[in-house]
Amino acid sequence: MRVSVSWLREYVDLPAHLTPADLEQSLVGLGIEVESVVDLAGTVTGPLVVGEVREIEELTGFKKPIRFCRVDVGDANGTGELQEIVCGARNFAVGDRVVVILPGGVLPGDFAIGARRTYGRNSKGMICSVKELGLGDDHAGIIVLPDSSPAKPGDDARPVVGLDDVVVEVELTPDRGYQMSVRGIARELSHAFGVPFRDPGIASAPAGTEAPAYPVEVRDPVGCDRFAARMVRGVNPAAPSPAWMVQRLTTAGIRSLSLPVDITNYVMLELGQPMHAFDADRITGPLVVRRAVAGERLTTLDGVARTLVAEDMVISDAGLPNPISAAGADAGVPISLAAVMGGESSEVVAETGNVLFEAAHWDPVMVGRTARRHRLFSAAAKRWERGVDPALPLVAVDRAVRLLVEHGGGAAGAEILDIDQVSAPTPVVLPADLPSRRVGVTYSPERVAALLTEVGCTVVGGPDRLAADPGAVGVAAGGAVSFLVTPPTWRPDLTDPADLVEEVVRLDGYDRVPAVLPAAPVGRGLTWQQRRRRAVARMLADQGYVEVLSAPFVAVELADQLGLPADDARRRAVRLANPLSEEEPALRTTLLGPLLGVLRRNLGRGQRDLALYEIGTVFHPRAEAGSPPAMGVEHRPSDAEFAAADAVLPEQPRHVAVVLAGEVEPGGWWGEGRPAGWADAVEAARSVLAAAGIPADRVAVRAVEHAPWHPGRCAQLVVDGVAVGYAGELHPAVIAGLELPRRTAAMELDLDAVPAAPVRQAPVLSSFPPALIDVALVVDVDVPVAEVQGALVAGAGALLESVRLFDVYVGEQLGAGRRSLAYKLTFRAPDRTLTVEEAVAARDAAVACVAERFGATLRGV
Amino acid sequence: MRECLYAMSYRNDPYDPKQVALLDPAALAEAVATAEVAFAAAANPDELTALRPAHLGDRAPASLARREIGALPPAAKADAGKRVNEARRSIESAYAARAQVLEREQAERMLVEERVDVTLPSDRRPAGARHPVSTLMEQITDFFVGMGYEVAEGPEVELEWTNFDALNILPDHPARGLMDTFHVAPEHSGMVLRTHTSPVQARTMLTRTPPIYVICPGRVYRTDELDATHAPVFHQVEGLVVDRGITMAHLRGTLDHFARAMFGPQARTRFRPHYFPFTEPSAEFDVWFPEHRRGAQWVEWGGCGMVNPRVLRACGIDPEVYSGFAFGMGIDRTVMFRHGVSDMRDLVEGDVRFARAFGYGA
Repeated sequence: MRVSVSWLREYVDLPAHLTPADLEQSLVGLGIEVESVVDLAGTVTGPLVVGEVREIEELTGFKKPIRFCRVDVGDANGTGELQEIVCGARNFAVGDRVVVILPGGVLPGDFAIGARRTYGRNSKGMICSVKELGLGDDHAGIIVLPDSSPAKPGDDARPVVGLDDVVVEVELTPDRGYQMSVRGIARELSHAFGVPFRDPGIASAPAGTEAPAYPVEVRDPVGCDRFAARMVRGVNPAAPSPAWMVQRLTTAGIRSLSLPVDITNYVMLELGQPMHAFDADRITGPLVVRRAVAGERLTTLDGVARTLVAEDMVISDAGLPNPISAAGADAGVPISLAAVMGGESSEVVAETGNVLFEAAHWDPVMVGRTARRHRLFSAAAKRWERGVDPALPLVAVDRAVRLLVEHGGGAAGAEILDIDQVSAPTPVVLPADLPSRRVGVTYSPERVAALLTEVGCTVVGGPDRLAADPGAVGVAAGGAVSFLVTPPTWRPDLTDPADLVEEVVRLDGYDRVPAVLPAAPVGRGLTWQQRRRRAVARMLADQGYVEVLSAPFVAVELADQLGLPADDARRRAVRLANPLSEEEPALRTTLLGPLLGVLRRNLGRGQRDLALYEIGTVFHPRAEAGSPPAMGVEHRPSDAEFAAADAVLPEQPRHVAVVLAGEVEPGGWWGEGRPAGWADAVEAARSVLAAAGIPADRVAVRAVEHAPWHPGRCAQLVVDGVAVGYAGELHPAVIAGLELPRRTAAMELDLDAVPAAPVRQAPVLSSFPPALIDVALVVDVDVPVAEVQGALVAGAGALLESVRLFDVYVGEQLGAGRRSLAYKLTFRAPDRTLTVEEAVAARDAAVACVAERFGATLRGV
Repeated sequence: MRECLYAMSYRNDPYDPKQVALLDPAALAEAVATAEVAFAAAANPDELTALRPAHLGDRAPASLARREIGALPPAAKADAGKRVNEARRSIESAYAARAQVLEREQAERMLVEERVDVTLPSDRRPAGARHPVSTLMEQITDFFVGMGYEVAEGPEVELEWTNFDALNILPDHPARGLMDTFHVAPEHSGMVLRTHTSPVQARTMLTRTPPIYVICPGRVYRTDELDATHAPVFHQVEGLVVDRGITMAHLRGTLDHFARAMFGPQARTRFRPHYFPFTEPSAEFDVWFPEHRRGAQWVEWGGCGMVNPRVLRACGIDPEVYSGFAFGMGIDRTVMFRHGVSDMRDLVEGDVRFARAFGYGA
């Protein structure tokens, strides 16, 4: 909301010399976010004066019609002669007074004005539009001062157009509807500066009369609990809005339309009461305030034809027959989408002479829903949604009627309609010491009462009052003093003791709250899962992988691109109802999709050798989960209720994945580089399990076929017999489809499926010398090394300390389909030096086991 | 061994006692001088070793001279023996001295020859990196864990109830509309991508009993298009304390302490009244950041407040007995102003050059 300080000053006695910085600080201190404070006096420099157009010469032969004007600027140009100015606008005539900037002046945006030759004439200055002066966006024409303006040629134009003012733009929190008005902000400033405030919202206004201003029937008092209206007849349709009003509307970003409409907007800005002006001659019958009938149609003022639903509220003209029979015989035809926007058929038009002003009070929930449903967040709807003072309608109607009578002529109708079914604000019991207990600052009961009174509450206090009203909620124990606080009508947000506590600390000052450290109880540190994630992350970074935090949004087609089989669980994804991009409506079921996207982005930016990792959540919807049960907020849901709700949520395990492309070890002065491949991915997977604390002997690696990996180069990682992930080279078709570098490798593990690390038992270290024996075993190539090694270990017995494969050889002399695996076996006894015979016997046993299981033969040593 | 056998066989050779010229002092001096010249000419220990038999071996002049002594008259024996020994010692010591010099020279030469360029780049292993958002999240977590807090976590696809209702963000409250929420399909599934880490507060209060001191770091989602200052996916960290007698002063003290840990001893916080449905009173807080890239200044940091009694009630905690505070801030935003990141996209896109600039240290 943008408002000028001059308007605020009408209701609050701000210090005479208020700097923008002071203004900003005081608003921020009260919780009003300040977007900008602009001292308009500084935005246009140099001679900006009122001019009167004396001659207009139309210039032709240019792309657009141009006017060469002679303008009386008084003595402002130093000579008193008419000022020659070329102007492209056409919305003025001889005799109009306009705003002229003379050579030497500078407009906003460092636009310096000089005398120059243009369109074949000398132009000495410029006639300004609202936009050029930085006062608004209106650039349809130049500013023409209204007849009512007393300004004379040569006068400084700044005060005339409002450039002597300070404009403050504020952002308001959604709980404080009352601040969306000059009234509300002036009130807040009176708190900040401790200065008097004259509340325009409680001005005395004539009460409703017996006879209605116009026949109105309110059929739904829940949706509309107050409806006031009054007529002004015989208005001069041609009467312009006064300049100051237009200027204030412009400052607020509202275009001037016509006097009656401008008045409703002006009153809304001033008081916070949205209003509507009907052309009384364009309504035919009584007005009916009711819920809409589903399917009813209404064309609102923005020219949009809308179809209504039963929850919307409308004002209908009962004089018109409703084409929908379900609406009932006397329902009339909607002429206004209540509280949100008026309709075209009854709006004020150029010839309107009889105006019916309406000011009502609507249910904020209803308005919010209607605004969201029709995506119509009008200035009125925003105020209703945040809460409007129900005490305002008569004051607002009176203010509007006076303005219209004053500036548009006409006569105020004697009848005033006021259908008032507003319930009074509910008092809140506030233990007097609650603010002190919640804030940690000692506020005396007197201070609490004074501050709450300042914001408009009625505070009646003390134990006596409580004794008379013992059933109230929030009563402090121990007979402490309590207040019964009745919030003012404009504060529907004050419903709980905590809301009152906030008002106390807000007015007393948040900066007065001291800093005290609470003594936390002893904690238990990180959980093992949390420590594990860190260990894995640190390990991968240490091994050369770069961490990525990718967005989890994926395309549905990704499943095809990854070559996932039709029945793969990863094809079932959580879908978003409102994705940012229709191309990516699903949540990832594997980290690989987004991670490969990041890989491609890096490749596109010229990186060649890439090793990336991500630790993140994937999402698997529950089959047939249904919807969570409805749970209230009045009390805690039962454990069963909450468990049932939780069971609807997708499974969201935390995965870790890596992708690799290019060289995993670069070439350099030391020699050749090494390309990344399947083995690096498998190594990364094993390293993750090691970092997770899983002993290597509980980890098995199996060859499997699993998309999106190469069927011959895919490893399944198994812990205690449970598959926890896959690693290897990606399928060539996936690589081609996703346009990845050849041999791109990847690994993905479900970290949540990896069991907790055991408490490891220490080994017994023998200080006796080891016996080292090498063996080369020839086996069929399709016998996995892991199984050969397992047999070796099983056969070697307890004396085997370690086994390490140091060579794999394939050659003609071994025979087709055979390969030689060379192992280094280390034997050691805990209690003695092994004899040669003992070591050889153990070796023989190991070899025999492999020979028995896999038909291995010893290769000549 | 071979030399020894050779000497033994030599002993049996006949000799002529008259050839005593070998014992002549001039001859001995000559032998010493010759040896010294020869040793000096040796260029390395190997060459020197090769000279040894000629000057100190059994057939070397000094050795041969010693053999003559036995044939001398007793009166001359002592004198001759002394001379021969002196000569031999001189040669030995000349040898030893030269050997030492040569060995030292060789050692020094080796050090020179083995010299390498230690300024060659050490980039044989490619550099990995952690994401600065992760690192900062852990740093913040560690700070609070050090104060006795525990880390609470929750799902990213969250119930609307925990994300909104339990936090007093009721269906028709405008605040709910301001959250720019991703809804899980179908439209009324009752599930959303959590818009903040605050639902973890609700989960924590539902599953733990006070005193509660937790920190909840995590990923959150809003329907903001990615640009220089917005991202649809970002990170927050949330703190929640529920205990007897907790006040806003405790909140302030905790945040001031935290601010100093993150931004240095001069850092402090400033509270501005604000509105959050789940806290009352509520505040936004700024931090005074002395080392800001554009000079010391206040920076908007996060939101906080006293847990709204309605939230306590919805989560089964008696607001008459307990009170609490909660605070939260954006991690990505904190990384941005702390490290001078000017474009949010750099945090999201995964360009390896960005993360590498932060390394993987604490």
